[in-house]
Amino acid sequence: MTVPNTVPTALAPEPVDHAIVVENLVKRYSGRPVVDGLSFTIRRGELFALLGPNGAGKTTTIEILEGYRRPDSGTVRVLGLDPWHNSDALKPRIGVMLQSGGIYPAATPHEMLQLFASFYPDPQDPQELLHLVGLEEVSHIRYRYLSGGQQRRLALALALVGKPELLFLDEPTTGMDPQARRLTWSLIEDFKRRGITILLTTHFLEEAERLADRVAIIDHGHLIALATPRELMQYEAEHVTVTAIRDLDVTALTRLPSVQAVRSLGEGRYALETGRPMELLVELTRWAYEHGILLTELRVGYQSLEEVFLRLTGNEIRE
Amino acid sequence: MRALIAQTGMELRLTLRSGEGLLVTLVIPPALLVFFAALRIAPSGYDRPIDFLLPSMLALAVMSIGLVSLGIRTAYERHYGVLKRLGATPLGRGRLLGAKILAVLTIEVVQALILVLVGVSFGWRPSGSIVLAFLTMLMGTATFASLGLFIAGTFRAETTLALANGLYLLLILLGGIAWPVERLPGPLAIIGLALPSNALASALRQTLAPSPGWPVAQLGALLLWTLLILALARRTFRWE
Repeated sequence: MTVPNTVPTALAPEPVDHAIVVENLVKRYSGRPVVDGLSFTIRRGELFALLGPNGAGKTTTIEILEGYRRPDSGTVRVLGLDPWHNSDALKPRIGVMLQSGGIYPAATPHEMLQLFASFYPDPQDPQELLHLVGLEEVSHIRYRYLSGGQQRRLALALALVGKPELLFLDEPTTGMDPQARRLTWSLIEDFKRRGITILLTTHFLEEAERLADRVAIIDHGHLIALATPRELMQYEAEHVTVTAIRDLDVTALTRLPSVQAVRSLGEGRYALETGRPMELLVELTRWAYEHGILLTELRVGYQSLEEVFLRLTGNEIRE
Repeated sequence: MRALIAQTGMELRLTLRSGEGLLVTLVIPPALLVFFAALRIAPSGYDRPIDFLLPSMLALAVMSIGLVSLGIRTAYERHYGVLKRLGATPLGRGRLLGAKILAVLTIEVVQALILVLVGVSFGWRPSGSIVLAFLTMLMGTATFASLGLFIAGTFRAETTLALANGLYLLLILLGGIAWPVERLPGPLAIIGLALPSNALASALRQTLAPSPGWPVAQLGALLLWTLLILALARRTFRWE
Protein backbone atom coordinates (compact mmCIF):
# COMPACT_ATOMS: atom_id res chain seq x y z
CA MET A 1 0.00 0.00 0.00
CA THR A 2 2.86 2.37 -0.62
CA VAL A 3 2.67 5.19 -3.09
CA PRO A 4 5.33 4.96 -5.80
CA ASN A 5 7.99 7.60 -5.41
CA THR A 6 8.33 8.25 -9.12
CA VAL A 7 6.21 10.73 -10.98
CA PRO A 8 5.04 10.03 -14.51
CA THR A 9 6.73 12.54 -16.79
CA ALA A 10 3.38 13.48 -18.31
CA LEU A 11 2.46 15.03 -14.97
CA ALA A 12 5.60 17.16 -14.81
CA PRO A 13 5.42 19.72 -17.59
CA GLU A 14 7.30 22.36 -15.57
CA PRO A 15 11.02 22.79 -16.16
CA VAL A 16 12.99 20.70 -13.69
CA ASP A 17 14.71 23.67 -12.08
CA HIS A 18 11.44 24.98 -10.66
CA ALA A 19 10.28 23.43 -7.42
CA ILE A 20 7.28 25.72 -7.02
CA VAL A 21 5.41 27.85 -9.54
CA VAL A 22 2.58 30.13 -8.41
CA GLU A 23 0.71 32.17 -11.02
CA ASN A 24 -2.12 34.61 -10.29
CA LEU A 25 -3.17 32.66 -7.24
CA VAL A 26 -6.46 33.78 -5.69
CA LYS A 27 -8.10 32.39 -2.56
CA ARG A 28 -11.21 33.88 -0.98
CA TYR A 29 -12.76 33.16 2.39
CA SER A 30 -16.46 33.98 2.35
CA GLY A 31 -15.99 36.36 -0.57
CA ARG A 32 -13.04 38.24 0.90
CA PRO A 33 -9.76 37.67 -1.00
CA VAL A 34 -7.01 36.45 1.35
CA VAL A 35 -4.56 35.72 -1.46
CA ASP A 36 -5.10 38.10 -4.34
CA GLY A 37 -3.27 37.48 -7.61
CA LEU A 38 -0.03 36.19 -6.11
CA SER A 39 2.77 35.02 -8.46
CA PHE A 40 6.28 33.76 -7.71
CA THR A 41 8.63 30.94 -8.62
CA ILE A 42 10.95 28.98 -6.37
CA ARG A 43 13.98 27.30 -7.92
CA ARG A 44 15.09 23.83 -6.95
CA GLY A 45 17.56 23.92 -4.08
CA GLU A 46 16.54 27.43 -3.14
CA LEU A 47 15.66 28.61 0.37
CA PHE A 48 12.75 30.97 -0.09
CA ALA A 49 11.31 32.99 2.79
CA LEU A 50 7.76 34.27 2.77
CA LEU A 51 7.29 37.29 5.03
CA GLY A 52 4.27 39.39 5.83
CA PRO A 53 2.24 40.76 8.72
CA ASN A 54 -0.47 38.66 10.29
CA GLY A 55 -3.35 38.04 7.94
CA ALA A 56 -1.18 38.77 4.89
CA GLY A 57 -1.99 35.37 3.38
CA LYS A 58 1.25 33.51 4.18
CA THR A 59 -0.25 30.45 5.81
CA THR A 60 -3.09 30.26 3.28
CA THR A 61 -0.50 30.29 0.48
CA ILE A 62 1.61 27.58 2.13
CA GLU A 63 -1.46 25.45 2.82
CA ILE A 64 -2.52 25.66 -0.82
CA LEU A 65 0.97 24.51 -1.84
CA GLU A 66 0.81 21.66 0.69
CA GLY A 67 -2.48 20.48 -0.81
CA TYR A 68 -4.71 21.40 2.16
CA ARG A 69 -6.74 24.02 0.31
CA ARG A 70 -8.02 24.44 -3.17
CA PRO A 71 -7.22 27.67 -5.03
CA ASP A 72 -10.20 29.68 -6.28
CA SER A 73 -8.26 30.63 -9.40
CA GLY A 74 -4.73 30.74 -10.73
CA THR A 75 -2.19 27.98 -11.23
CA VAL A 76 -0.04 26.26 -8.67
CA ARG A 77 2.62 23.62 -9.41
CA VAL A 78 4.65 21.90 -6.72
CA LEU A 79 7.43 19.62 -7.99
CA GLY A 80 5.56 19.73 -11.28
CA LEU A 81 2.31 18.52 -9.69
CA ASP A 82 -1.03 20.09 -8.91
CA PRO A 83 -1.07 19.83 -5.10
CA TRP A 84 -4.87 19.57 -4.91
CA HIS A 85 -5.49 16.98 -7.63
CA ASN A 86 -2.20 15.03 -7.40
CA SER A 87 -1.79 15.14 -3.64
CA ASP A 88 -1.24 11.37 -3.40
CA ALA A 89 1.77 11.62 -5.70
CA LEU A 90 3.06 14.75 -3.97
CA LYS A 91 2.80 13.74 -0.29
CA PRO A 92 5.67 11.20 -0.30
CA ARG A 93 8.00 13.88 -1.73
CA ILE A 94 7.34 16.78 0.65
CA GLY A 95 7.98 17.42 4.33
CA VAL A 96 5.62 19.62 6.30
CA MET A 97 6.12 21.50 9.55
CA LEU A 98 2.89 23.17 10.62
CA GLN A 99 2.87 26.44 12.52
CA SER A 100 1.88 24.58 15.69
CA GLY A 101 0.82 21.21 17.02
CA GLY A 102 0.30 18.21 14.78
CA ILE A 103 1.64 15.70 17.30
CA TYR A 104 -0.13 13.38 19.77
CA PRO A 105 0.47 14.91 23.23
CA ALA A 106 0.72 11.43 24.79
CA ALA A 107 3.23 10.03 22.27
CA THR A 108 7.01 10.16 22.62
CA PRO A 109 9.46 11.50 20.01
CA HIS A 110 10.68 7.95 19.43
CA GLU A 111 7.14 6.66 18.80
CA MET A 112 6.23 9.55 16.53
CA LEU A 113 9.32 9.10 14.37
CA GLN A 114 8.80 5.32 14.16
CA LEU A 115 5.17 5.89 13.15
CA PHE A 116 6.00 8.46 10.48
CA ALA A 117 8.85 6.29 9.18
CA SER A 118 6.27 3.59 8.41
CA PHE A 119 4.39 5.96 6.09
CA TYR A 120 7.26 6.56 3.64
CA PRO A 121 8.86 4.22 1.08
CA ASP A 122 12.46 5.05 2.04
CA PRO A 123 12.47 6.74 5.45
CA GLN A 124 15.40 8.18 7.32
CA ASP A 125 16.43 6.25 10.43
CA PRO A 126 14.49 7.64 13.45
CA GLN A 127 17.52 7.25 15.70
CA GLU A 128 19.65 9.38 13.38
CA LEU A 129 16.94 12.02 13.26
CA LEU A 130 16.68 12.13 17.05
CA HIS A 131 20.43 12.69 17.17
CA LEU A 132 20.28 15.31 14.42
CA VAL A 133 17.73 17.52 16.18
CA GLY A 134 19.21 16.88 19.63
CA LEU A 135 16.27 14.99 21.16
CA GLU A 136 18.07 11.73 22.02
CA GLU A 137 17.88 12.35 25.76
CA VAL A 138 14.14 13.01 25.71
CA SER A 139 13.24 10.40 23.09
CA HIS A 140 11.04 8.52 25.57
CA ILE A 141 9.40 11.55 27.18
CA ARG A 142 5.84 12.27 26.08
CA TYR A 143 5.40 15.24 23.75
CA ARG A 144 3.28 17.21 26.22
CA TYR A 145 6.16 17.27 28.75
CA LEU A 146 8.74 18.59 26.25
CA SER A 147 9.74 22.26 26.23
CA GLY A 148 8.39 24.48 23.47
CA GLY A 149 11.70 24.35 21.64
CA GLN A 150 11.92 20.56 21.89
CA GLN A 151 8.36 20.25 20.56
CA ARG A 152 9.27 22.38 17.52
CA ARG A 153 12.41 20.32 16.91
CA LEU A 154 10.35 17.12 16.94
CA ALA A 155 7.98 18.69 14.40
CA LEU A 156 11.04 19.51 12.29
CA ALA A 157 12.37 15.95 12.55
CA LEU A 158 8.95 14.60 11.50
CA ALA A 159 9.06 16.81 8.40
CA LEU A 160 12.36 15.12 7.47
CA VAL A 161 11.46 11.44 7.99
CA GLY A 162 10.40 10.88 4.38
CA LYS A 163 13.65 12.34 2.94
CA PRO A 164 11.70 15.12 1.22
CA GLU A 165 12.78 16.99 -1.89
CA LEU A 166 10.86 20.00 -0.66
CA LEU A 167 10.35 21.25 2.91
CA PHE A 168 7.59 23.57 4.10
CA LEU A 169 8.59 25.22 7.38
CA ASP A 170 5.88 27.43 8.86
CA GLU A 171 7.59 29.48 11.59
CA PRO A 172 10.08 26.76 12.51
CA THR A 173 11.81 28.54 15.40
CA THR A 174 8.88 30.21 17.16
CA GLY A 175 8.99 29.29 20.84
CA MET A 176 12.68 28.33 20.82
CA ASP A 177 15.32 29.81 23.09
CA PRO A 178 18.25 31.51 21.29
CA GLN A 179 20.47 28.45 21.58
CA ALA A 180 17.88 26.08 20.08
CA ARG A 181 17.18 28.66 17.39
CA ARG A 182 20.84 28.75 16.38
CA LEU A 183 20.98 24.96 16.31
CA THR A 184 17.89 24.91 14.09
CA TRP A 185 19.36 27.52 11.78
CA SER A 186 22.47 25.46 11.24
CA LEU A 187 20.28 22.40 10.62
CA ILE A 188 18.29 24.30 7.99
CA GLU A 189 21.52 25.49 6.38
CA ASP A 190 22.62 21.88 6.29
CA PHE A 191 19.38 20.77 4.56
CA LYS A 192 19.99 23.47 1.99
CA ARG A 193 23.50 22.21 1.35
CA ARG A 194 22.01 18.77 0.70
CA GLY A 195 19.93 20.32 -2.09
CA ILE A 196 16.53 20.31 -0.38
CA THR A 197 14.28 23.13 -1.53
CA ILE A 198 12.84 25.00 1.45
CA LEU A 199 9.90 27.36 1.75
CA LEU A 200 10.00 29.13 5.09
CA THR A 201 7.79 31.63 6.87
CA THR A 202 9.07 33.39 9.93
CA HIS A 203 8.45 36.15 12.44
CA PHE A 204 12.17 36.63 12.90
CA LEU A 205 13.50 38.82 10.14
CA GLU A 206 17.01 38.01 11.31
CA GLU A 207 16.18 34.40 10.42
CA ALA A 208 15.19 35.31 6.86
CA GLU A 209 18.21 37.59 6.59
CA ARG A 210 20.58 34.82 7.59
CA LEU A 211 19.01 31.82 5.84
CA ALA A 212 17.08 32.91 2.78
CA ASP A 213 18.37 33.05 -0.77
CA ARG A 214 15.38 35.19 -1.65
CA VAL A 215 12.66 36.87 0.35
CA ALA A 216 9.11 37.59 -0.74
CA ILE A 217 7.18 40.15 1.26
CA ILE A 218 3.42 39.87 0.93
CA ASP A 219 0.67 42.02 2.34
CA HIS A 220 -3.09 41.81 1.86
CA GLY A 221 -2.50 38.80 -0.39
CA HIS A 222 -0.30 40.77 -2.81
CA LEU A 223 3.39 40.42 -3.51
CA ILE A 224 5.05 43.72 -2.61
CA ALA A 225 8.73 42.82 -2.83
CA LEU A 226 10.79 39.89 -4.05
CA ALA A 227 14.59 39.97 -3.90
CA THR A 228 17.62 38.71 -2.01
CA PRO A 229 17.85 40.06 1.56
CA ARG A 230 20.93 42.11 0.56
CA GLU A 231 19.17 43.68 -2.41
CA LEU A 232 16.16 44.55 -0.29
CA MET A 233 18.30 46.27 2.31
CA GLN A 234 20.44 48.26 -0.16
CA TYR A 235 17.56 49.10 -2.42
CA GLU A 236 16.51 52.23 -0.60
CA ALA A 237 19.48 54.60 -0.86
CA GLU A 238 17.25 57.55 0.06
CA HIS A 239 17.43 56.38 3.62
CA VAL A 240 20.40 57.41 5.73
CA THR A 241 20.92 56.44 9.35
CA VAL A 242 23.32 58.45 11.50
CA THR A 243 24.53 57.87 15.04
CA ALA A 244 26.33 60.40 17.21
CA ILE A 245 27.84 60.28 20.69
CA ARG A 246 25.42 62.94 21.90
CA ASP A 247 21.88 63.98 20.99
CA LEU A 248 21.57 66.07 17.83
CA ASP A 249 19.40 69.09 17.11
CA VAL A 250 16.64 67.71 14.91
CA THR A 251 15.59 71.15 13.67
CA ALA A 252 19.16 71.90 12.56
CA LEU A 253 19.32 68.56 10.74
CA THR A 254 16.02 69.30 9.00
CA ARG A 255 17.45 72.58 7.71
CA LEU A 256 20.20 70.81 5.72
CA PRO A 257 19.36 71.43 2.03
CA SER A 258 19.10 67.80 0.91
CA VAL A 259 17.13 66.51 3.90
CA GLN A 260 13.44 65.80 3.38
CA ALA A 261 12.58 64.39 6.81
CA VAL A 262 14.27 63.51 10.09
CA ARG A 263 13.14 60.95 12.60
CA SER A 264 14.76 60.26 15.96
CA LEU A 265 15.25 56.54 16.58
CA GLY A 266 16.44 57.10 20.17
CA GLU A 267 19.85 56.62 21.79
CA GLY A 268 21.48 59.17 19.49
CA ARG A 269 20.29 57.48 16.29
CA TYR A 270 18.50 59.44 13.58
CA ALA A 271 16.92 58.39 10.30
CA LEU A 272 17.12 60.91 7.46
CA GLU A 273 15.13 60.77 4.23
CA THR A 274 16.57 62.33 1.10
CA GLY A 275 16.25 62.41 -2.68
CA ARG A 276 20.00 63.12 -3.11
CA PRO A 277 22.05 60.78 -0.89
CA MET A 278 25.47 61.93 -2.27
CA GLU A 279 24.84 65.58 -1.46
CA LEU A 280 23.36 64.72 1.90
CA LEU A 281 26.52 62.94 3.03
CA VAL A 282 28.65 65.99 2.21
CA GLU A 283 26.25 68.37 3.95
CA LEU A 284 25.92 66.14 6.96
CA THR A 285 29.62 65.60 7.58
CA ARG A 286 30.39 69.31 7.03
CA TRP A 287 27.65 70.27 9.48
CA ALA A 288 28.98 67.82 12.04
CA TYR A 289 32.56 69.08 11.57
CA GLU A 290 31.49 72.71 11.98
CA HIS A 291 29.60 71.91 15.18
CA GLY A 292 32.34 69.69 16.60
CA ILE A 293 30.12 66.60 16.63
CA LEU A 294 31.65 63.18 16.14
CA LEU A 295 29.42 60.91 14.04
CA THR A 296 30.14 57.36 15.15
CA GLU A 297 28.10 55.61 12.49
CA LEU A 298 26.73 56.52 9.08
CA ARG A 299 24.74 54.13 6.92
CA VAL A 300 23.09 54.47 3.53
CA GLY A 301 20.19 52.11 2.95
CA TYR A 302 18.54 49.95 5.58
CA GLN A 303 20.32 48.27 8.40
CA SER A 304 18.04 45.29 8.69
CA LEU A 305 15.29 43.51 6.91
CA GLU A 306 13.09 44.59 9.78
CA GLU A 307 13.36 48.25 8.72
CA VAL A 308 12.62 47.35 5.09
CA PHE A 309 9.66 45.36 6.20
CA LEU A 310 8.28 48.15 8.37
CA ARG A 311 8.60 50.63 5.55
CA LEU A 312 7.01 48.39 2.93
CA THR A 313 4.09 47.10 4.97
CA GLY A 314 3.73 49.78 7.62
CA ASN A 315 3.34 46.90 10.05
CA GLU A 316 5.21 45.23 12.84
CA ILE A 317 5.70 41.58 11.92
CA ARG A 318 5.28 40.15 15.43
CA GLU A 319 1.98 38.88 16.70
CA MET B 1 0.00 -2.11 4.87
CA ARG B 2 2.99 -1.23 7.06
CA ALA B 3 1.53 2.25 7.57
CA LEU B 4 -1.91 0.85 8.48
CA ILE B 5 -0.44 -1.56 11.04
CA ALA B 6 1.80 1.10 12.58
CA GLN B 7 -1.08 3.58 12.79
CA THR B 8 -3.36 0.93 14.36
CA GLY B 9 -0.64 0.22 16.93
CA MET B 10 -0.40 3.92 17.76
CA GLU B 11 -4.20 4.20 18.08
CA LEU B 12 -4.25 1.25 20.49
CA ARG B 13 -1.37 2.55 22.56
CA LEU B 14 -2.98 5.98 22.88
CA THR B 15 -6.34 4.46 23.86
CA LEU B 16 -4.75 2.41 26.61
CA ARG B 17 -2.48 5.29 27.69
CA SER B 18 -5.39 7.56 28.56
CA GLY B 19 -6.73 6.95 32.05
CA GLU B 20 -10.25 8.04 31.14
CA GLY B 21 -10.17 5.82 28.06
CA LEU B 22 -9.19 2.79 30.12
CA LEU B 23 -11.81 3.54 32.74
CA VAL B 24 -14.67 3.89 30.31
CA THR B 25 -13.76 0.98 28.03
CA LEU B 26 -12.29 -1.70 30.29
CA VAL B 27 -13.48 -0.84 33.80
CA ILE B 28 -17.01 0.59 33.68
CA PRO B 29 -18.78 -2.16 31.69
CA PRO B 30 -17.44 -5.09 33.77
CA ALA B 31 -17.88 -3.08 36.99
CA LEU B 32 -21.53 -2.39 36.19
CA LEU B 33 -21.99 -6.04 35.27
CA VAL B 34 -20.58 -7.17 38.62
CA PHE B 35 -22.62 -4.53 40.49
CA PHE B 36 -25.99 -5.36 38.93
CA ALA B 37 -25.38 -9.12 38.91
CA ALA B 38 -24.26 -9.17 42.54
CA LEU B 39 -27.33 -7.18 43.60
CA ARG B 40 -29.47 -9.44 41.41
CA ILE B 41 -31.09 -6.34 39.94
CA ALA B 42 -32.79 -7.41 36.75
CA PRO B 43 -36.23 -7.08 35.22
CA SER B 44 -38.69 -9.92 35.58
CA GLY B 45 -39.08 -12.19 32.59
CA TYR B 46 -35.51 -13.34 32.79
CA ASP B 47 -34.65 -16.57 34.60
CA ARG B 48 -31.36 -15.13 35.73
CA PRO B 49 -30.34 -11.45 35.85
CA ILE B 50 -27.17 -12.28 33.93
CA ASP B 51 -29.21 -13.21 30.81
CA PHE B 52 -30.41 -9.60 30.66
CA LEU B 53 -27.22 -7.99 31.93
CA LEU B 54 -24.51 -9.61 29.80
CA PRO B 55 -25.95 -8.52 26.41
CA SER B 56 -26.57 -5.06 27.90
CA MET B 57 -22.99 -4.71 28.97
CA LEU B 58 -21.68 -5.99 25.63
CA ALA B 59 -23.69 -3.20 24.01
CA LEU B 60 -22.33 -0.76 26.60
CA ALA B 61 -18.79 -1.87 25.75
CA VAL B 62 -19.39 -0.99 22.09
CA MET B 63 -20.75 2.43 23.13
CA SER B 64 -17.81 3.02 25.49
CA ILE B 65 -15.15 2.49 22.87
CA GLY B 66 -16.98 3.85 19.81
CA LEU B 67 -18.85 6.85 21.17
CA VAL B 68 -16.87 7.90 24.23
CA SER B 69 -13.26 6.78 23.84
CA LEU B 70 -12.91 7.11 20.05
CA GLY B 71 -15.04 10.26 19.89
CA ILE B 72 -13.23 12.19 22.60
CA ARG B 73 -9.76 11.06 21.51
CA THR B 74 -10.42 12.01 17.89
CA ALA B 75 -11.85 15.39 18.91
CA TYR B 76 -8.62 16.20 20.76
CA GLU B 77 -6.51 14.93 17.86
CA ARG B 78 -8.38 17.36 15.68
CA HIS B 79 -7.91 20.11 18.27
CA TYR B 80 -4.14 19.47 18.42
CA GLY B 81 -3.79 19.46 14.62
CA VAL B 82 -2.81 15.78 14.51
CA LEU B 83 -5.48 14.90 11.94
CA LYS B 84 -4.29 17.81 9.82
CA ARG B 85 -0.62 16.83 10.07
CA LEU B 86 -1.35 13.18 9.23
CA GLY B 87 -3.25 14.46 6.21
CA ALA B 88 0.03 15.75 4.76
CA THR B 89 1.67 12.31 4.97
CA PRO B 90 1.20 9.40 2.56
CA LEU B 91 -0.92 7.65 5.24
CA GLY B 92 -4.09 9.23 3.87
CA ARG B 93 -7.50 9.64 5.44
CA GLY B 94 -8.75 6.20 4.37
CA ARG B 95 -6.00 4.36 6.21
CA LEU B 96 -6.29 6.70 9.21
CA LEU B 97 -9.97 5.83 9.57
CA GLY B 98 -9.18 2.17 8.89
CA ALA B 99 -6.63 2.17 11.70
CA LYS B 100 -9.13 3.73 14.10
CA ILE B 101 -11.73 1.08 13.29
CA LEU B 102 -9.19 -1.77 13.63
CA ALA B 103 -8.13 -0.40 17.02
CA VAL B 104 -11.77 -0.18 18.15
CA LEU B 105 -12.43 -3.79 17.07
CA THR B 106 -9.31 -5.01 18.88
CA ILE B 107 -10.38 -3.33 22.12
CA GLU B 108 -13.87 -4.79 21.72
CA VAL B 109 -12.45 -8.32 21.59
CA VAL B 110 -10.71 -7.69 24.93
CA GLN B 111 -13.85 -6.08 26.40
CA ALA B 112 -16.03 -9.01 25.27
CA LEU B 113 -13.60 -11.56 26.74
CA ILE B 114 -13.59 -9.81 30.12
CA LEU B 115 -17.39 -9.45 30.15
CA VAL B 116 -17.99 -13.10 29.18
CA LEU B 117 -15.59 -14.26 31.91
CA VAL B 118 -17.42 -12.13 34.49
CA GLY B 119 -20.73 -13.43 33.09
CA VAL B 120 -19.62 -17.05 33.42
CA SER B 121 -18.64 -16.42 37.04
CA PHE B 122 -22.24 -15.29 37.62
CA GLY B 123 -23.66 -18.42 36.05
CA TRP B 124 -23.98 -17.42 32.39
CA ARG B 125 -23.43 -20.30 29.94
CA PRO B 126 -22.77 -19.81 26.23
CA SER B 127 -26.00 -20.09 24.32
CA GLY B 128 -27.50 -18.72 21.14
CA SER B 129 -25.55 -17.92 17.99
CA ILE B 130 -22.04 -16.55 18.46
CA VAL B 131 -21.89 -15.70 14.73
CA LEU B 132 -25.09 -13.64 14.85
CA ALA B 133 -23.96 -11.91 18.04
CA PHE B 134 -20.64 -11.11 16.39
CA LEU B 135 -22.38 -9.62 13.31
CA THR B 136 -24.62 -7.58 15.61
CA MET B 137 -21.59 -6.22 17.46
CA LEU B 138 -20.05 -5.22 14.11
CA MET B 139 -23.21 -3.36 13.10
CA GLY B 140 -23.35 -1.66 16.50
CA THR B 141 -19.69 -0.70 16.17
CA ALA B 142 -20.44 0.94 12.82
CA THR B 143 -23.23 2.96 14.43
CA PHE B 144 -21.41 4.12 17.55
CA ALA B 145 -18.00 4.68 15.91
CA SER B 146 -19.78 6.82 13.29
CA LEU B 147 -21.54 8.73 16.07
CA GLY B 148 -18.28 9.29 17.97
CA LEU B 149 -16.43 10.44 14.84
CA PHE B 150 -19.33 12.64 13.74
CA ILE B 151 -19.34 14.48 17.07
CA ALA B 152 -15.52 14.70 17.09
CA GLY B 153 -15.39 16.21 13.61
CA THR B 154 -18.26 18.63 14.13
CA PHE B 155 -17.94 20.12 17.60
CA ARG B 156 -15.07 21.60 19.59
CA ALA B 157 -13.07 19.18 21.74
CA GLU B 158 -14.59 20.42 25.03
CA THR B 159 -18.10 20.15 23.60
CA THR B 160 -17.38 16.65 22.34
CA LEU B 161 -16.18 15.64 25.80
CA ALA B 162 -19.44 16.80 27.40
CA LEU B 163 -21.67 15.56 24.61
CA ALA B 164 -20.18 12.07 24.39
CA ASN B 165 -20.31 11.53 28.16
CA GLY B 166 -23.83 12.97 28.38
CA LEU B 167 -25.14 10.77 25.59
CA TYR B 168 -23.44 7.77 27.15
CA LEU B 169 -25.22 8.29 30.47
CA LEU B 170 -28.52 9.05 28.76
CA LEU B 171 -28.31 5.86 26.70
CA ILE B 172 -27.44 3.76 29.76
CA LEU B 173 -30.55 5.01 31.57
CA LEU B 174 -33.08 5.43 28.75
CA GLY B 175 -31.61 3.32 25.96
CA GLY B 176 -32.27 -0.19 27.17
CA ILE B 177 -28.90 -0.80 28.83
CA ALA B 178 -29.60 -0.67 32.58
CA TRP B 179 -33.31 -1.37 32.29
CA PRO B 180 -35.56 -2.63 29.46
CA VAL B 181 -37.24 0.24 27.65
CA GLU B 182 -40.66 -1.47 27.84
CA ARG B 183 -40.58 -0.91 31.60
CA LEU B 184 -39.91 2.80 31.33
CA PRO B 185 -42.83 5.09 32.14
CA GLY B 186 -45.09 6.30 29.27
CA PRO B 187 -43.41 8.47 26.58
CA LEU B 188 -39.94 7.58 27.83
CA ALA B 189 -40.58 4.03 26.62
CA ILE B 190 -41.23 5.27 23.09
CA ILE B 191 -38.10 7.42 23.10
CA GLY B 192 -36.07 4.56 24.51
CA LEU B 193 -37.34 2.17 21.89
CA ALA B 194 -35.99 4.38 19.10
CA LEU B 195 -32.51 4.74 20.56
CA PRO B 196 -29.63 2.84 18.90
CA SER B 197 -28.36 1.45 22.20
CA ASN B 198 -31.69 -0.28 22.70
CA ALA B 199 -31.54 -1.76 19.20
CA LEU B 200 -28.03 -3.08 19.87
CA ALA B 201 -28.74 -4.47 23.36
CA SER B 202 -32.01 -6.08 22.36
CA ALA B 203 -30.45 -7.57 19.22
CA LEU B 204 -27.67 -9.07 21.34
CA ARG B 205 -30.25 -10.53 23.76
CA GLN B 206 -32.07 -12.10 20.84
CA THR B 207 -28.92 -13.58 19.29
CA LEU B 208 -27.64 -14.94 22.62
CA ALA B 209 -31.02 -16.44 23.64
CA PRO B 210 -31.29 -20.27 23.67
CA SER B 211 -33.24 -20.18 20.39
CA PRO B 212 -31.62 -17.31 18.50
CA GLY B 213 -33.07 -15.60 15.45
CA TRP B 214 -31.98 -12.85 13.08
CA PRO B 215 -32.69 -9.54 14.86
CA VAL B 216 -33.91 -8.03 11.59
CA ALA B 217 -35.74 -5.01 13.00
CA GLN B 218 -32.88 -4.03 15.34
CA LEU B 219 -30.20 -4.43 12.67
CA GLY B 220 -32.36 -2.35 10.34
CA ALA B 221 -32.67 0.33 13.01
CA LEU B 222 -28.90 0.37 13.56
CA LEU B 223 -28.32 0.62 9.82
CA LEU B 224 -30.72 3.57 9.58
CA TRP B 225 -29.01 5.31 12.49
CA THR B 226 -25.61 4.75 10.86
CA LEU B 227 -26.75 6.13 7.50
CA LEU B 228 -28.33 9.15 9.18
CA ILE B 229 -25.17 9.89 11.19
CA LEU B 230 -22.92 9.43 8.14
CA ALA B 231 -25.13 11.73 6.07
CA LEU B 232 -24.82 14.38 8.80
CA ALA B 233 -21.07 13.79 9.12
CA ARG B 234 -20.61 14.28 5.38
CA ARG B 235 -21.96 17.79 5.74
CA THR B 236 -20.35 18.83 8.99
CA PHE B 237 -17.12 16.83 9.54
CA ARG B 238 -13.95 18.96 9.57
CA TRP B 239 -10.43 17.52 9.74
CA GLU B 240 -8.97 20.69 11.28
